[in-house]
Amino acid sequence: MKKALAIVLSLLLVFGMVACGGGAEVEEGPLVVLITDTGGLGDESFNDSAWAGFQRAETELGVQIQVIESATSDDYLPNISAAVEAGAALIICNGFLMAEATQQGAEQYPDQAFALVDSADAQAPNILNLTFNEQEGSFLVGVAAAAMTESNVIGFVGGIQLPLIEKFQFGFQAGVKAANPDAQVLINYTQSFSDSALGKENALAQNKLGADVIYHASGGCGIGVIQAAGEQDFWAIGVDQDQSALDPDHVLCSMIKRVDVATFNAIKMVVDGEFEGGGYVFSLADEGIGAGDEAGNLPADVLASIEVWKEKIVNGEFEVPYDANTFANFSL
Amino acid sequence: MKTRLLNVWSVLKLPLVAILVGFVVGAFCIMLAGSNPLTAYAALLKGSLASLPSFGETLYKVTPILLTGLAAAIGFRCGLFNIGGEGQYVVAAIATVGVAWSFQGLPHFILVPILLITGALVGGVWGGIAGILKAKRGINEVITTIMLNWTALYLSNYLVRTLLNPSRLLDKLPSGHTVAVPEAARLMKLKVIIPAFGYSSAHTGIFIAIGVAVLMWFILFKTTLGYEIRAVGFNPTASEYGGISSAKNTFLAMFISGGLAGLAGAIQIMGLVYMVNQSPELPGYGFTGLCVALVGLSHPLGCIPAALLFGILDNGSRQMQLAGIPKEINAIISAVILVFVAGALLLKYINVYFEKKRGAGKPRFKEVREV
Amino acid sequence: MKGRWKKDLPKVLEMKNITKVFPGVVANDKVNFDLEKGEIHVLLGENGAGKTTLMNILYGLYQATSGEIYFHGEKVDIKGPNDAINLGIGMVHQHFMLVENFTVTENIVLGSEPSKANGLYLDMETARNTVKEVSDNFGLKVDPNALIQDISVGLSQRVEILKTLHKGAEVLILDEPTAVLTPQEIDELGVILKNLTQEGKSIILITHKLKEVLSMSDRVTVIRRGKIVDTLKTKDTNIDQLAEMMVGRSVKLTSDKEDKTPGDVILFIENLVVKDTRKYDAVKSISFDVKAGEIFAVAGVDGNGQKELVEALTGLTKTVSGKVSLCGKDITGNKPKKVLEAGVGHIPEDRHKRGLILQNTLAENLILGYHYCPPFARKGVMNYAKINEHARTLISEYDVRTPNEYVTAGSLSGGNQQKAIIAREFYKDPVLLIASQPTRGLDVGAIEFVHNRLIEQRDNNKAVLLVSLELDEVMNLADRIAVIYQGEIMGIVEGKDATERQLGLMMAGASMEEAIEGGKADNENKIA
Repeated sequence: MKKALAIVLSLLLVFGMVACGGGAEVEEGPLVVLITDTGGLGDESFNDSAWAGFQRAETELGVQIQVIESATSDDYLPNISAAVEAGAALIICNGFLMAEATQQGAEQYPDQAFALVDSADAQAPNILNLTFNEQEGSFLVGVAAAAMTESNVIGFVGGIQLPLIEKFQFGFQAGVKAANPDAQVLINYTQSFSDSALGKENALAQNKLGADVIYHASGGCGIGVIQAAGEQDFWAIGVDQDQSALDPDHVLCSMIKRVDVATFNAIKMVVDGEFEGGGYVFSLADEGIGAGDEAGNLPADVLASIEVWKEKIVNGEFEVPYDANTFANFSL
Repeated sequence: MKTRLLNVWSVLKLPLVAILVGFVVGAFCIMLAGSNPLTAYAALLKGSLASLPSFGETLYKVTPILLTGLAAAIGFRCGLFNIGGEGQYVVAAIATVGVAWSFQGLPHFILVPILLITGALVGGVWGGIAGILKAKRGINEVITTIMLNWTALYLSNYLVRTLLNPSRLLDKLPSGHTVAVPEAARLMKLKVIIPAFGYSSAHTGIFIAIGVAVLMWFILFKTTLGYEIRAVGFNPTASEYGGISSAKNTFLAMFISGGLAGLAGAIQIMGLVYMVNQSPELPGYGFTGLCVALVGLSHPLGCIPAALLFGILDNGSRQMQLAGIPKEINAIISAVILVFVAGALLLKYINVYFEKKRGAGKPRFKEVREV
Repeated sequence: MKGRWKKDLPKVLEMKNITKVFPGVVANDKVNFDLEKGEIHVLLGENGAGKTTLMNILYGLYQATSGEIYFHGEKVDIKGPNDAINLGIGMVHQHFMLVENFTVTENIVLGSEPSKANGLYLDMETARNTVKEVSDNFGLKVDPNALIQDISVGLSQRVEILKTLHKGAEVLILDEPTAVLTPQEIDELGVILKNLTQEGKSIILITHKLKEVLSMSDRVTVIRRGKIVDTLKTKDTNIDQLAEMMVGRSVKLTSDKEDKTPGDVILFIENLVVKDTRKYDAVKSISFDVKAGEIFAVAGVDGNGQKELVEALTGLTKTVSGKVSLCGKDITGNKPKKVLEAGVGHIPEDRHKRGLILQNTLAENLILGYHYCPPFARKGVMNYAKINEHARTLISEYDVRTPNEYVTAGSLSGGNQQKAIIAREFYKDPVLLIASQPTRGLDVGAIEFVHNRLIEQRDNNKAVLLVSLELDEVMNLADRIAVIYQGEIMGIVEGKDATERQLGLMMAGASMEEAIEGGKADNENKIA
């Protein structure tokens, strides 16, 4: 026992030295840190997309990048502290869940640059709020869903029912209504952003009720929605990133939210010395939001009509509804 | 004296070896992930112990898991597996916010004890439900507490969305968290007393937690209540014979256990977070508490170093991530430590079981050892 | 001369210089043991003396640390029970290893079932015939079709013996075979074993009961603390000599007690009915009383309602109907705590399940039941100085062999555990002491101690209710004896008038009148 332990320990030392020798490279450029919400990396969605922007910044802008994944929501503020202590030039807090912690952190470290994705709730001179008009992209995929449905029943599966997610829902409903007033939209919330089983359950239930196109805005739950689409052979619509890679035959298209563009731009501002607090809203107009169809499932006529609607939105011909009120008043 | 020391060693040997093995296995995993274990562990230590602020962050991590660890430990002592620390924590946290909001006019030194008692009571009631079901109907506490965990979470989420939402109480936009507790309800940060704690989030809750650990030690080992709880835990039939009601003590143990987990929830709210977030998943403190209790060998004072260990792992994981090491490594180290401690304990139980099976009247060779 | 005798009775088995070391303990120390063909050889020793260890080595369950085993003069290496069985060594364990819901036949052929059609079907017909053949050959009558759960303990033991014979055993090891039998069944076992030796089998009997040695065996080997004391021919020895060899000092096997007129009724039981855990009536309308200054014994074979009776009296089990009163006060259905507080001391039959919390320290165990009373606790806070002092006093007073009061109760030997329980219960100075199998698993020296303490209690004008499976113990101690059979009291006899025969018949279900007749007839037969 003791002998084995001694061998293991000495092996460790040797490996350690070798690894040391290899890892001694000199790094330059400012450090930028991403703090994820509890979803963490590997969600194939929101957090991964933010990280993609960091990776692009690393190669294009020569910055050093690091990520801290939050284990619990109580960790947000300590994680911010750790990033500040590590000497970050910019800390990007990914997700509206971190708004409160970002507010506190910004007050505690007034000289530190922060960017907060998806929320305008935290306001300070050193916070850059990066938000999106998700309703616009959702409107476009709503148009696609309305065109593709055969049963005239369409589903929406949301994560936790929050104002942010409702932007997806009402934008989507408006798109369906605009393109196909007869179609019905079923709405379910899983109250989770991580439980893919719940996503699958809800999608299967909607499918039972006749839904043949289901749009999800539910983070990790969406993986279950897409699985359900594969099993029962209906269309799923992805969110945040182009999710067609998950199942090219059943992901009709995706609402693209270019979190990577947002994070990259924020980093670029810091590198260029142009950082200042305030809000920045990404929309269809600046390609921060869009609809994507990498797998090519949308027929040309549908693509064309999406293009028409996009044009109208970008030109400001009407405002896409983003909550119950604006949706109730929505008409074309 | 020497035999005493040997005894202490024979007890401590198990967790210490498990911890060592955990770190060795962790080192191999770090190498597999393509990093240098020495750098990683240096980052771990730097992140959690190197400076007073980083140590403060560790203490802040230790506070809730020490309390949930004590909660699990007292359950274990009574032969109960309280997996419900999560739910007891959650209901207490939301109750703390509600009560703090309702009594926000009260001064600090009155409001704080009220909130601590609230947290403990609410957690205690939540644990007590499982306790009563076990005591009166023999329903397995593992199942009831797991179910109560989710009940608590959804109840909490409901209250976050409705009664305690800033939209309801402050006329703001709806948001994913409750209102914040008033200043008077917040525990003092350590850095206010000792500025050297710098940026750390550590707060006076750690003193409460350590105080409670000592109190639990006293209760378990110096009072009739503790005597009876331990007796029921080891041997319910013999306890019954000695006039000790196993139903009563089962309920009490679950109530105290829930109360401790609830206290963790209250202190976490009052110490750092000040509000409850809408959450899709359980916070995890209750589960970590089970690990703390196992490694701390269900001894209230043993829980202190065990909680420190998990606090270091948890807190150091930040620095390790900054050094480019995936956060899962720390989870692996914790898991390996647990597997070894739990495995060794399991072996012990299996031994006891077989000894029993061999027949009480006929031990194999023990009786040769007449002293 | 000696050499020729040896030739006549060849050694079936020889164990030479067997040493078995367990961590920290030498269980067998250079033990020599041999078995002659056709003899019954008793291995006698106290609990933990090393007799079972030695037999487990022979049966292959343990490997000896050093030493050799010869079978028919050839050195053999027994690695496991299968090796032993192949050599022709069979073992009947103290706890039967039978499948309760299988028939006698199925149990006997288990592991070597005859089959038809290349193993597709069990050939029960052949199996039954084989069993019948074996049982006829050895005069062991059993019903091959009966289920084990329906037959008596004595018959189950026959099945165990048949099982080993069916496997071709030539040497039979019986581990404490009489522990579970009535006196009549013990006699029958004696006859069976004699028959077996006449058929050429050789038998090793493990026991700590001296009377059986004298009635059943040809030779006896006494083992004490892992070492052989001596091997003697049974006819050349007597009970006192064996006891002294076994214990290492002279012991008195019977207790003296003076005649005493009993006082007031302390415990009064009327029409008590109690159900067992399976909800069957285990105690059926029992009535008796126990007076101050007497030992009242309940005798009977295990499992006839004694356990339920005691548990009902102490509040550990619910009473269905009937009345229990203590010193004139109704205590029917009281919680255990109230019963204890009313002045009842209880030595439970299962010291591991009821009597002790093995993982707790000895000191903590020595206050179980009055742990909340001053001076050990005040206002819920325990006074460990007082508790430890109390422990030290009891340890020295009751001669509990332990390094100190802080060791766990589980680390003590069975005898010392029992002493600790007795010390604790006597400390309360109870008006009624319920002693349930107080000497179970104890060695001769410890038994003597317990008996003296019980008599002391009686002489102090306290009531003692003794529940015991050991007839010797009952007859030795009791002023009055009630025999319990299937939950009913078959009769109550004066201790000094009771005969073993009479009690034995009642234990088997005979009414008191029948038993007295039977006892007389027996005596007449003897005279004739």
